[in-house]
Amino acid sequence: MTKDLSPKDKTLGEALRSQGISRRSFLKFCAATASMMALPPAMIPTIAHALEKAKRPSVIWLSFQECTGCTESLTRAHAATVESLIFDSISLDYHHTLQAASGHAAEAAREAAMQEHKGKYLLVVDGSIPLGNPGYSTIAGISNVDMLIDTAKHAAAIISVGSCAAFGGIPNAKPNPTGAVAVSDIIKDKKIINVPGCPPIPVVITGVLTHFLTFGTIPELDHLGRPKVFYGQSIHDRCYRRPFYDKGLFAETFDDEGARLGWCLFKLGCKGPSTYNACATTKWNGGVSFPIEAGHPCIGCSEPNFWDGGGFYKALSMPTENISKTAVYTAAGAVAGAAAVGIMNRYTRGKADDTHEKATIDDLEK
Amino acid sequence: MNEIEFLSWVRGPGFQIATVIFVAGIIIRLGETLLLGRKANLAEAKGSAMRSGMRTIASRMLPPDKETFKRSTFTITAGYIFHIGLFITIFLFAPHVLLIKDVFGVGWPSLPSQIVDAFTVVSIIALLAILIHRITDKVLRYLSGPEDYIVWFVTIAPLLTGYLTFHRLGGSPVMMLALHILSVELLMVLFPFTKLMHTFTLFLARWYNGAISGYRGVES
Ligand code: SF4
Repeated sequence: MTKDLSPKDKTLGEALRSQGISRRSFLKFCAATASMMALPPAMIPTIAHALEKAKRPSVIWLSFQECTGCTESLTRAHAATVESLIFDSISLDYHHTLQAASGHAAEAAREAAMQEHKGKYLLVVDGSIPLGNPGYSTIAGISNVDMLIDTAKHAAAIISVGSCAAFGGIPNAKPNPTGAVAVSDIIKDKKIINVPGCPPIPVVITGVLTHFLTFGTIPELDHLGRPKVFYGQSIHDRCYRRPFYDKGLFAETFDDEGARLGWCLFKLGCKGPSTYNACATTKWNGGVSFPIEAGHPCIGCSEPNFWDGGGFYKALSMPTENISKTAVYTAAGAVAGAAAVGIMNRYTRGKADDTHEKATIDDLEK
Repeated sequence: MNEIEFLSWVRGPGFQIATVIFVAGIIIRLGETLLLGRKANLAEAKGSAMRSGMRTIASRMLPPDKETFKRSTFTITAGYIFHIGLFITIFLFAPHVLLIKDVFGVGWPSLPSQIVDAFTVVSIIALLAILIHRITDKVLRYLSGPEDYIVWFVTIAPLLTGYLTFHRLGGSPVMMLALHILSVELLMVLFPFTKLMHTFTLFLARWYNGAISGYRGVES
């Protein structure tokens, strides 16, 4: 019977089954998702049930000033996992990197999806929006900011994928030539789920989608609009190198004894202590590894302004500006200032000495 | 401004502003003192002022004679503990050594974090005891003005926030780190204009004390 349905009308369960996903691996996915989202095991059947019945949501994906790394991250799963299939099973009605149509034909598809699913479609955005000059980035002659405002109007929820959409990211880094801003700088009247990272972890976005499909709501967010389940803890607090940090054992270079022994990478510029993301627990490439495990310090890519943090290899305890230069210039100025003050003080004293009249006995007896 | 922007500010412009005030303040205050000069001493020198001055700088680092020690046991003991603890915490904690190396181009080995941690705790306790002593001792309380309490606060604040940051306690770690750096900047800004200047002027004072005695040919 399901065969007769058009792909759009299928429920998620039907879509997954038609792609050959067994019930067993589907339940496994639900269990993994539940644990990832810190839900009790009793919730697994609820998730499974909700997902089975969920209609494939219409998703409109807008790409603005971005490098396509986020799309790469989310679509290039190393193997066909259930996560990636869930991702395939949404009705991606508009995504100009992935869709065949382009230009006006593509825009027509977006308009159609917006009309058909008014108030129900999910809007996913990657990339920042240039406000400096709308001409910096346009699609079919429509500026990014206009397209965003237009598409956001009737969206059920907005997901900003990647640090550019969430916080402005690289385009927003100093000196920000295009006047790039985040989605949340433009859209003020809608809940926005930020899924930052450069790129974000693929399972985090499927987790957010699953949450939306299961509960029909958006997950609990932190003060930067990030889902707490994934961004609730810092890399440092979950890092397996932490015991070395606590003991004060640090790799000094990338190939010294400490580096080989897996000591803490703080001195090499690790931003783990100030970065909130799931890398240390979820890891990358299907749980294989994550940057710190590979021997590279965390660069803090899921935090705002991470490009302007003073350098990836500068330790968190170091100032970001050139303080030596500031100190030398200040000292030079101050020495001149002190000399001037000193000379003036001496002059004042000298004058006081000169005008000082000595009192004689006669004066006192007067 | 969110937490991470706040952290960027204290690590960048904030630190720069603090450095300018700190460096300029110290140089101008020291310069003012030194350039004032002294009247020439017309008396005949009975010994070396320089040698005696230098010796006094060193000798006053050591504990005083028994009598003095007995009279102010608490002040001297707590003072030593907290100054040594502060020195170790500032100069021998790995992240701090990195900062020093970044600014001055020279670094040195650091102590294991647990040892620094222990010294931090001891310093905090000593500082608290010093405050209690200041408040409970009648004479000391009478002699204390607002500046003494402000100086106490800006000294203990970096220790406390640093301790909390290291142990990831007391709120968001990013916020705590930013507050820790800010507390140090506050210390730097107030430093040249308060009694904290004793860090530098003590050398002048000790030298001068020793030098007068040396010139007169008496022991200082
Ligand atoms: S490697 Fe980075 S995240 Fe891990 S313990 Fe060291 S500083 Fe923290």
